Amino acid sequence: MSIQKLSAGDKAFKAVNGVVLILFCALILYPLLWIVSGSFSDPFALMTGKVHLLPVDPTLKIYKIVFKHPDIWISYRNTIVYTVVGTFISVCLTAMAAYPLSRTEFFGKQFFTAVLMITMFFSGGMIPTFLLVQKLKMLDTIWAIVLPGAMSVYNTIVMRTFFISTIPKELEDSAFLDGANDIQFFWKIVLPLSKAIMAVMVLFYGVGQWNSWFSAFLYMSSRDRYPLQLILREILIQGNTNISGGGGGDNDLIGEGVKFATMVVATVPIMCLYPFLQKYFTKGVMIGSLKG
Amino acid sequence: MKTKESTAAHSKRGWKQRAYQSRYLLMMMFIPFVYLIIFHYIPMYGVQIAFRDYNPYLGILKSPWVGISHFIDFFTSTYFWRLIRNTLAISLLQLLLAFPAAIILALMINDLENKYFQKAVQTIAYLPHFISSVVVAGLVLSVLATRTGIINQARHALGLGEISFMTKSSYFPFIMVLTEIWQNTGWGSIIYLAAMTAIDPALYEAAIVDGASRWQQIRNITLPCILPTIIIQFILKVGGLFTVGYQKILLLYNPQIYENADVIGTYVYRRGLMGLEYSFGAAVDLFNTVLNLLMLLTFNAICRKVSDTSLW
Repeated sequence: MSIQKLSAGDKAFKAVNGVVLILFCALILYPLLWIVSGSFSDPFALMTGKVHLLPVDPTLKIYKIVFKHPDIWISYRNTIVYTVVGTFISVCLTAMAAYPLSRTEFFGKQFFTAVLMITMFFSGGMIPTFLLVQKLKMLDTIWAIVLPGAMSVYNTIVMRTFFISTIPKELEDSAFLDGANDIQFFWKIVLPLSKAIMAVMVLFYGVGQWNSWFSAFLYMSSRDRYPLQLILREILIQGNTNISGGGGGDNDLIGEGVKFATMVVATVPIMCLYPFLQKYFTKGVMIGSLKG
Repeated sequence: MKTKESTAAHSKRGWKQRAYQSRYLLMMMFIPFVYLIIFHYIPMYGVQIAFRDYNPYLGILKSPWVGISHFIDFFTSTYFWRLIRNTLAISLLQLLLAFPAAIILALMINDLENKYFQKAVQTIAYLPHFISSVVVAGLVLSVLATRTGIINQARHALGLGEISFMTKSSYFPFIMVLTEIWQNTGWGSIIYLAAMTAIDPALYEAAIVDGASRWQQIRNITLPCILPTIIIQFILKVGGLFTVGYQKILLLYNPQIYENADVIGTYVYRRGLMGLEYSFGAAVDLFNTVLNLLMLLTFNAICRKVSDTSLW
């Protein structure tokens, strides 16, 4: 009797749980769907508030305008370059720090760990960093974007934890007996065993760089070196949607549509990678949550 | 005397020998080490401009020393309390709403029995985390826009008046928190879900045999088991109370709503970098960093005392 009563309560609990989760998912998806639908709709329908869920009078009109805009292409190319170079530098720095820190016999392990950890809790801040970048003559160059934030303490710890848990001491010992040194061992044995964590790092840093705008905002002044996110900022935030070139009166009409289409254009690459991102990012967070 | 000398010599040899044995690892570590010194420790050293009147022609070390006068200027300025209030209002609201939201979502996802449904919810919930803050800010502005935004369209359909969300400052903290919930609740839940996978299923089986309801299982098994994770996350959040995502605020705010939207980070950017008051900006930023550090240390100490769980 009592078991039956409890299971009725549990059933209600389960049903409420399911319904609330479905509502939550709908709330997450709805604005995204609205943006995508709006970008494919007739600009006039969008301006008059007729787009609610699906595209109204589907057309590629807005995309044709957006793709004609040279700034979008130039900044897209810039972002690809910054992301590739930045991710490469970041992953190298992270691996070169994470591996020594993962070895128990590493001389100076505590010292270097402290050097790394302190940067997580204390920093010079925005202005001294700006003055440094200025002093190094990096303003308005790719280096201002890819170097100041290249190494993340969190990622280094994630990678170190991975090395600790997957590269046993015995493996190291046997390689050393065969006459290998640490660097050869790292290069020939550790790296091939660490493809998963490398994928995690490439994606962590790659997405971060693709989506970043603030360092470019602080350090870049030439418009032709802007990354995509800065051009997006002009269009989305400052409402500078007059990108059809010749100006003209229908700017007001297409303004909102242009915003929607640029949001889609900027986010499509990330969404194409999303299945991998989900898998590897989750893995990264799981490793990070282990106490290392 | 002799023994002392010999132990010293011995430890010295040991020191050198151990360093020599690690020479390849030291070589590897060298580049990240130099990197950290240049891009993190030199700016820390440069933070002394907060105590000087920085002059670009004189450089950091030759600029005149003015002690704590920039700090006094900041503490006595009319903006000081407004900045503290806004920063705290937004981050406390986040702590109150967004922090528990991730825990609740994790509990709800964990409770699903259908693996496909579970996977689908996770896929959707994590998605917004990967969208750039510029796009999210653009999305927020479009959703809240007066004529074309969905919120105002819905209000219009219900016969309600239009609200101009981005010109009335009292809405701003809520807009920030709702955006944060929309974007990062799913992502924040992963760490709790990871903690839940480590719970021994035997505990649940025993509870079911004892006739515990689902709610009782959550309260008496799941929550106590993930409590250490919750505490760690809480310490980290409290330690960042004075940080708030000022970059996102920088994207979303406008002069009309500074009254509630201006926070310490945005103020440092505006006065320090835009206004070229480098020393004053650095002082405000340093104050912020120290405040955060103190909060983190204090809460870590409190948590260690009362719960055995702490960052270190």
